Amino acid sequence: MKLEEIAKLIGADVIAGVDKLCTLDIDTACGADLMSDVLAFCHERTLLLTGLTSPQVVRSAEVAGLSGIVFVRGKRPGDGVIELANALGIPLLATDYPMFEACGMLYRAGIGGTYRLSRAEGRGC
Amino acid sequence: MTARDERALEMDFAVARQDFAAAGEVASRVKQVLRQLGIASDLVRRAAVAAYEAEMNLVIHSSGGKIVLKVDSERIVVEARDIGPGIPDIELAMREGYSTASDEVREMGFGAGMGLPNMRRCSDAFTIDSSAGRGTTVTAAIYIAKPGS
Repeated sequence: MKLEEIAKLIGADVIAGVDKLCTLDIDTACGADLMSDVLAFCHERTLLLTGLTSPQVVRSAEVAGLSGIVFVRGKRPGDGVIELANALGIPLLATDYPMFEACGMLYRAGIGGTYRLSRAEGRGC
Repeated sequence: MTARDERALEMDFAVARQDFAAAGEVASRVKQVLRQLGIASDLVRRAAVAAYEAEMNLVIHSSGGKIVLKVDSERIVVEARDIGPGIPDIELAMREGYSTASDEVREMGFGAGMGLPNMRRCSDAFTIDSSAGRGTTVTAAIYIAKPGS
């Protein structure tokens, strides 16, 4: 699913990475507020949904090779975080839906979780 | 690492205590360097994650230190060296969920007692050398080629 369709589905504003709306394909997502879990268990090219807006979220996405970040629950990052995301080429979306609803809407639309990939690799979680 | 290894490289990156604004810059740099060396993406990712957790540990817990990146044809080594205060109980520090981090750190998404276990998870070889008052060296090695192969 293109990033543009995801943004429409969860009513999200695009606050960084508009140029990737029509080009970036997403088929996997995860929801997490703990960046160590993101680093340990998220696979590359995963879309991260989170309620945290610190610069470390963008850094974690870059280090783990994630596709992009959705801030949930009406959270909006500061200008420094947006600048960092633009510099690193990481798209940022922001939706008013809480974590559970936003994840549920994406899952119902066919976006898979990371567990199936971990199981395929023989990893626990 | 041997002097004859054409891919041998060693780089130091300073990490300042409590510098949360810069936290993650070293890991980004490590990832960039490894990519430029043409190393496979899954190995780059594991090394970058280990470097990021090491960097966060230095920022959060140490009195300052550095990340040393060493690469040769056989392995990537990410070494975090600090000047203190040292880990009083390494076994406890390695337990998932054990943390002495502040609420400020937790609000950034870290400090849940996963840093060292995550580094070990990313590594093929992992060591901690520490004692209270002397400082700590954490070494994570990721094999490019299996030793002896």
